[in-house]
Amino acid sequence: MKSNENLTRRNFVKRTTLATTGILSATLPIDAMANVYAEKKLKIALVGCGGRGSGAIVQALTADENTELVAMADAFPDRIEKSLAGIQEHFDGVKKIKVNPKHRFSGFDAYKKAIDMADVVILTTPPGFRPYHFEYAIANDKHVFMEKPLATDPVGIRKVLEVAKIAKQKKLNVVVGLQRHYQKKYTDLYARIQDGQVGKIMSGQVYWNGRGVWVRERQAGQTELEYQMRNWYYFNWLCGDHILEQHIHNIDVANWFVGGYPTEAQGMGGREVRNGIDHGEIFDHHFVEFSYANGAVISSQCRHQTGCMNKVEENFQGTKGTVSTRKGTIKNLDGDVSYNYSGIENPSSSMKNKGGGNPYQVEHDKLFASIRNGEVIADAENGAKSTLTAIMGRMATYSGKVITWDQALNSDLQLMPEMMTWGSTPPTLPDSEGRYKIPVPGKTKFY
Amino acid sequence: MIYKTVIIFAIFLSFNQTIDLNEAPYKQSIPGTSEKIDMVYVPGGSFMMGSPKSEKNHFGDEGPQHEVEIAPFWMGKYEITWELYELFVAREIDNKKPEKAEGNDVAIDVDGVSGATAPYTEMSFGMGTEGYPAICMTQLAAVKFCKWLSAMTGNFYRLPTEAEWEYACRAGTNSAYSFGDDASLLDEYAWHDGNSNGAYKKVGVKKPNPFGLHDMHGNVSEWTLDKYAPTEYKSRKRKKSINPYVQPTKTYPKSVRGGAWTDSKSRLRSAARRPSSKQWKKRDPQIPKSLWWHTDAPFVGFRIVRPETPPSPEEQKLYWN
Repeated sequence: MKSNENLTRRNFVKRTTLATTGILSATLPIDAMANVYAEKKLKIALVGCGGRGSGAIVQALTADENTELVAMADAFPDRIEKSLAGIQEHFDGVKKIKVNPKHRFSGFDAYKKAIDMADVVILTTPPGFRPYHFEYAIANDKHVFMEKPLATDPVGIRKVLEVAKIAKQKKLNVVVGLQRHYQKKYTDLYARIQDGQVGKIMSGQVYWNGRGVWVRERQAGQTELEYQMRNWYYFNWLCGDHILEQHIHNIDVANWFVGGYPTEAQGMGGREVRNGIDHGEIFDHHFVEFSYANGAVISSQCRHQTGCMNKVEENFQGTKGTVSTRKGTIKNLDGDVSYNYSGIENPSSSMKNKGGGNPYQVEHDKLFASIRNGEVIADAENGAKSTLTAIMGRMATYSGKVITWDQALNSDLQLMPEMMTWGSTPPTLPDSEGRYKIPVPGKTKFY
Repeated sequence: MIYKTVIIFAIFLSFNQTIDLNEAPYKQSIPGTSEKIDMVYVPGGSFMMGSPKSEKNHFGDEGPQHEVEIAPFWMGKYEITWELYELFVAREIDNKKPEKAEGNDVAIDVDGVSGATAPYTEMSFGMGTEGYPAICMTQLAAVKFCKWLSAMTGNFYRLPTEAEWEYACRAGTNSAYSFGDDASLLDEYAWHDGNSNGAYKKVGVKKPNPFGLHDMHGNVSEWTLDKYAPTEYKSRKRKKSINPYVQPTKTYPKSVRGGAWTDSKSRLRSAARRPSSKQWKKRDPQIPKSLWWHTDAPFVGFRIVRPETPPSPEEQKLYWN
C-alpha cells in the first residue's frame, strides 16, 4: 500500500508541478520532491526464485543497506522455499531476511502480487515471461533489474522495446544482466575502441562453446506443463535455445564493440550429440554470420557438446588493431601488444584483485546508487536489441535462410502465449514416444 | 642444517632400498574409455615436514619443522587433466564398469557416488582442455572424483593428506624446492606468474622431481584432504607423527599445496601452504553457490593417491565424505 501512496505522490507532484510551480516551490524544496527514493527504505520483490534470482537478490541486498526483501514469486512454491533458505544461509544472521509466508506467491500470476509490494523488482524467471513481467513492473512505476535474455520471440521483443520507452519517460532505472557492461576489463577495452586505438572493427569471432547445462528429468505424476516449466532450458517458448540464453552475452559484446546491430544473419546448426528424450527441442550447436551496415562481419558460434574445445570469449579485428577480450589485450597490426588490461580478475596470493569488482555485484551497486541519486540507467533497449540479434541468429539456423533485421523485428512469430495458467496446454507437445518437433533447416519456415 | 639434511636423506635411502617389484609404477585404465592415469610409486619413509625460519620467505604456518613418518603409496605422475575430470562430470561411462572390477580394494556401487553438476560458465576460461589440468573444482568435487574412480576400478583412490603431499613433493630433499634452494632454477621445473603468461600449461612439460612427479611445484595448486590448520605443527613439535591428517569439520579453510601459475616463486616452495576460502566462489552468480565449482579459483586442481595398504571399507568412507 505504501508504494501506491508513493506513486500517487509522484503523480501528484508531476501534475502539480506543471500546473502550480510557483506555489509548490514556495512550500517545498524541489530537490526533495524530485527523488522520493533518496533515503527511504527500498522494498524489493523477487520474481523467479531459481539460483540466479536468489543470487541477484543477495547482490541487491548487499548493494544497499537500507533495503528489504518483501515478496517472492515463482511458479512453484518449493522453489520459493529453497531460494529463501539459500538467501538466509548466505547472510547467516548478519542481515535479517524475513518474508511473510503470505507474501510468498506461487503460480503464473504471482508476479503481480509481488511486484505490487515493491519499489524495486528483480525479474529472473525463464526469459519467455520477461516481456509481461517487465510491462507490469513499469506500468506500476517500479525500478527493475532483469536478467537476459528479455524475450524468446519478436512479439515479446516489440513489447519490451515499447515498455523501455515508457520506462525512460518515467525516469525508472532498468538494469539488464548483461554483466560484461559492468565488468572493468570490458569497459576498459571499450573505452580504447572508442578512442580509435583499434580503428573501425571489421570482423570478429564470438564464442560460447561449452559442455551444456543442467537437465531435469521427467518425474512420475508431472503434467506436461509442469515438466516443461521444470526442464525449461530445453523448450523454446520458455528459453529460446542456448544461442539466446547463454550466447547472447557474446553477441551483445559484438554489437557493443562494433557499435550497432546487424542488418542480416545466415547460419547453420543442429542437434548432433545432445539429442535425448530429456533434451526437448533445442539445438546443441549454432554457427551464424552476422553482417553489419558498415560491412563488418561477426562469426558467432555456440555449442553444448561435451569433450570438445571449450571457449567463451570474443575477438575483434579492426582497421588499426585487434582485440582479445579473454586476454584483455589490444594488438597493433604487426601483432605487438599496445594495451594490456592489467587487472587480474581472480583472487590469488600474489596477484591482488584489481579487476574492478565482481560484475554481478557492480550491476546492482550501480542500480541502487542511480535510484538513490535520482539518475536513470536505461539498459532495456540494448538488451532487447541484443536479444533480437540472437533470435535472428536462431531464425537463420532453424530455417537455413538469410534473415534480415527488419524481418526479425517485424516477425509475427510468437512462442510465448499471452496468458498461462496451470490448466493451459503448453505451446509444444511431445509425440507418442515423448519426442518434440525439431526444426529442420531448409524446411522449417522462418521459425 | 647440513648435518640434518644428510640424516634425512639417509633415512629416505634406507627405505628406498626395500622396494620390491610389486611397488612399481603402473597405468590405471578406466573402463569405457582409453584414458589412463600414470601412477608413480612413492616409498614410505620419514621426513622433516615444514620449513625452518631460516628459509627465505618462510611463513609462520610452515613451522616448527617436525618429523613425520609416511606409509608407502602411489601418486598420480601428473595433475588430473580435463579429459579425466570430464569423465566424472559427464558420468556417461558408469554403465561400462565390468561386473568384476579390476581391483579388490573397493566394492561400492558407482550409482551411489554423487555427481558434480555441470557448471553454467565455461570453467577452463579458454586456457585449454586437452592435456591441461582440470581446475576450479571444490575439494568436495575432487574427493568425489576419487570415490567415483575407486568405484569404477576397484582400487582405492583418494586425495593426498597434506603430509603425504609434502613428502612426495620433497622426494627426499630438505631444501626450499625439490631441486635445491636456488629459485632461479625454478623455470626448469615449474610454471609460476613469471613464466606462465597468464594461463596454466599442459601437464608434464617441465622436469619432474626425484620421485618422477611433474608439476608438484606450480602450474595448478593441488587439493589435499586436510583442514588448513596454521598452528597444527606446534602440536607435533619434538615428536614423530605417523601419517598425520587433520580432518576438516567445516568447508573452509582446507589446505592446498604447491602454488600455481598465478603465484610468485616463493609460493611454490615445498613447505608453502594455502587455505581455501569462501572468496573462491565470489563470482558464482547463483544462490546457493555451487557445491562443485569455485568460479574464482582457476589456480586450483588436484592429483590422486592410492595407499599401498588400502583402508578398511569403514575407513574408506572417512576419505570420501
